[in-house]
Amino acid sequence: MSVQLESKTPTAGTLAEKWTKYRSTMNLVAPNNKRRIDVIVVGTGLAGASAAASLGELGYNVKCFTFHDSPRRAHSIAAQGGINAAKNYQNDGDSVYRLFYDTIKGGDYRSRESNVHRLAEVSRNIIDQAVAQGVPFAREYGGLLANRSFGGVQVSRTFYARGQTGQQLLLGAYQSLSRQISLGNVQMYNRHEMLDLVIVEGKARGIIARNLLDGSIERFSAHAVVIATGGYGNVFYLSTNAMNCNTSAAWRTVRRGALMANPCFTQIHPTCIPVSGEYQSKLTLMSESLRNDGRVWVPKNQEDAAAIRQGNKTANDIAEEDRDYFLERRYPAFGNLVPRDVASRAAKSACDEGLGVAPTGLAVYLDFAAAIERYGKSKAHSMGEEHADKATITKLGEEVVEEKYGNLFEMYEKITGDNPYKTPMMIYPAVHYTMGGIWVDYNLETNIPGLFAIGECNFSDHGANRLGASALMQGLADGYFVLPYTIGEFLSGEIRTPQIDPNLPEFDQAEKDVRNRIDQLINNDGNQSVESFHRRLGKIMWEYCGMSRNAEGLKSARQMIVELRKEFYKDVFVPGSNEDYNPELEKALRVADFFELGEVMILDALNRQESCGGHFREEYQTSEGEALRDDENFAYVAAWEYKGWDDEPVLHKEELVFENVELKTRSYK
Amino acid sequence: MKLTLKIWREGGQYKKGQFQTYQLDNVSEHMSFLEMLDVLNEDLIAKKEEPVYFEHDCREGICGTCSMVINGHPHGPNGGTTVCQLHMRFFKDGDTITIEPFRAKAFPIIKDLVVDRSSFDRIIQAGGYISVNTGQAQDGNAIPIEKEIASRSMDAAACIGCGACVAACPNASAMLFVSAKVSHLTTLPQGKVEGARRVHNMVKQMDEEGFGFCSNIGACEAECPKEISVETIGMMNSEYLSSIFSSNGKD
Repeated sequence: MSVQLESKTPTAGTLAEKWTKYRSTMNLVAPNNKRRIDVIVVGTGLAGASAAASLGELGYNVKCFTFHDSPRRAHSIAAQGGINAAKNYQNDGDSVYRLFYDTIKGGDYRSRESNVHRLAEVSRNIIDQAVAQGVPFAREYGGLLANRSFGGVQVSRTFYARGQTGQQLLLGAYQSLSRQISLGNVQMYNRHEMLDLVIVEGKARGIIARNLLDGSIERFSAHAVVIATGGYGNVFYLSTNAMNCNTSAAWRTVRRGALMANPCFTQIHPTCIPVSGEYQSKLTLMSESLRNDGRVWVPKNQEDAAAIRQGNKTANDIAEEDRDYFLERRYPAFGNLVPRDVASRAAKSACDEGLGVAPTGLAVYLDFAAAIERYGKSKAHSMGEEHADKATITKLGEEVVEEKYGNLFEMYEKITGDNPYKTPMMIYPAVHYTMGGIWVDYNLETNIPGLFAIGECNFSDHGANRLGASALMQGLADGYFVLPYTIGEFLSGEIRTPQIDPNLPEFDQAEKDVRNRIDQLINNDGNQSVESFHRRLGKIMWEYCGMSRNAEGLKSARQMIVELRKEFYKDVFVPGSNEDYNPELEKALRVADFFELGEVMILDALNRQESCGGHFREEYQTSEGEALRDDENFAYVAAWEYKGWDDEPVLHKEELVFENVELKTRSYK
Repeated sequence: MKLTLKIWREGGQYKKGQFQTYQLDNVSEHMSFLEMLDVLNEDLIAKKEEPVYFEHDCREGICGTCSMVINGHPHGPNGGTTVCQLHMRFFKDGDTITIEPFRAKAFPIIKDLVVDRSSFDRIIQAGGYISVNTGQAQDGNAIPIEKEIASRSMDAAACIGCGACVAACPNASAMLFVSAKVSHLTTLPQGKVEGARRVHNMVKQMDEEGFGFCSNIGACEAECPKEISVETIGMMNSEYLSSIFSSNGKD
């Protein structure tokens, strides 16, 4: 297949007019024709569930797939802090343009202007839609919607439902999807995992899926395929992703010719509960919203830090003047609310200097004492108790903090056994989100006609770093308000195409390929568990392709991954049968794909000889240790074509054109 | 610490189901309960035996996937906690721990500790939504909602759909799950419009799925990892009663 990278950004109109004009002139599919068109949606997170529901409402025949036991389990459910929207309800100067600008800047100028502007435009509709669905957003006493601030911005535009915003938005989408299922517009396939994409005459026409209950391999055909299968953060083994998050559905499309864009752009989230032991299976995020009120610090001198690590001192023993609130010191304009990439690197460098707390030395403090005092005083004031004593103020302040972050504090205490109202939380950065993903054009269509990618699994909107509370926004924007329109551009050309026959030779071949992969793994006479390989792969990725990277390390890591992959196919042991419920086999297929993806991530990180956003190359930094971007040579999307184990992946470039914002050094100082 | 685990195995070589006993020697108090089971499974795989199957995903208490009864309690002995958030420091060296699946007629066992909870999906499909298509919404601030009302709705909406309420109930009733959804939606002005129809259809589906009746025992609330209140059941009952007299309750 010849690869052409056309962004298909509409030429008509200014940036602010493009989407409206395009939407008003694009090709439509008439209602009587929609009934004859089948669409496959893989994944039921925010993007997949909202897309499947909206396409069903429009009248398409939708087949929707999840490997979970229910669509409601998708990992969007775990997003805590909130969702951004340019509503300007706070009268603090927000606008569509400002959300667009913040997102472009936050992404370190590595995303497409037209896509991001559209995202900012439809952000407002998402809030309206969610409220109408019954999402119980936080409200003020006057009954109107409440907002809070997230990192990298100076306005308050984040809507939230306690610390469970993702859960509530996903339940809204899940309920809309459930309604379409009950109406017969969507056929739902739970416990089905997509294992291959089927291409017929150059167009995406179906998938091969494994029924996870009995292992049967099933074929599904459609006029178009939408993947909404999330990010690949679990390539690092330890991440804040759910245990079953994986790249396989997306990677299988890459294996069939889709391009993987900017895979090295991964987000390391600064506020996670630190690793406590070798047996650790996953990391838990503490919402970024905590940085509204929490102050990040380490001891100023190494002796104090060492005493804390050895258990001879606690945080409360360190006097105020012996603490370094390093984010406030280094970035006074944004303070504790700098973007995630900046906050993570600052925490890492503090720990690298021997100032880390926790026995491992890999943790910094997130302290709420000042907030508790401030809120306590304000509450006492509002109650007319001007002369309240310290204990009363603390109690009142703790009540306010509990109301805002109660469930997060509780989660922290459950996991660590420490009470964060009394001693500061300990946090450390962890892999959280992947900005890179399947390359898509303005229509969210990949380079394979009829194959669309939405939500975290595409690369489109976040550049080299995603801002907090923007993942929920993008997932729902794609699913509710973008794809249902743009898919019509493709499907309007398919109204004369009859139903696709799942007995075509292309389906035979894809099914055969899937069966071969499964047989190879299940029949392998090895001795090591899938889990042990995944752990080793994760360690390589974290060490050499994590928070900071350099050419030498990346080169050796690539070699290590190739060796590990060979060892995997030689010595992995997968228990059980392929004709039964077998999570070990599911895991084996996913880890096999992570090896291939990991190698391309490393290649991408090697190729990008600059530092930007989540990608920090040690060779390219300022004298103050800040990221040094190279716009002259790297203002492009790196889209990789995978050619199998024996050939080098081929790099395709989409030059990024900035007509509306000036490329500047990203400064939060 | 050292532990003895008595785990229910069912399917495959253990056809009809039986308890199997396992010993674990090196359990750290910092492990989560599921990490402890990971260690057991790695041991079993090293011996080329089939691991103990259990469902899990987010491991942070929100996806509702994990589901097992530990020493007689769904999600274990700690209140307000899912299994994945339960840590080993709550157990003692030398403990014997009994682990079983959620048991209910409407949750058939798939394998070992894994059960089929698709009946919950079908109850939501019967009416657990607000009928609004994408694009039909008015401005989010058009209808002010009292802070207290939004908060009460959120209390019920916090349900994670794990099914612990069913497993805890001697009648295997799904009343808490259904009433949580009814309360979440019907408390809000947006959800009131089709309230009668919703409760009627959801209760009908709940009965068809083979869940038992509610006899006001309250075990569901006691074991709910999200501490959903049985007050939601009271609210649903009154909604249900009024739906009988309402014209939009029947279809």
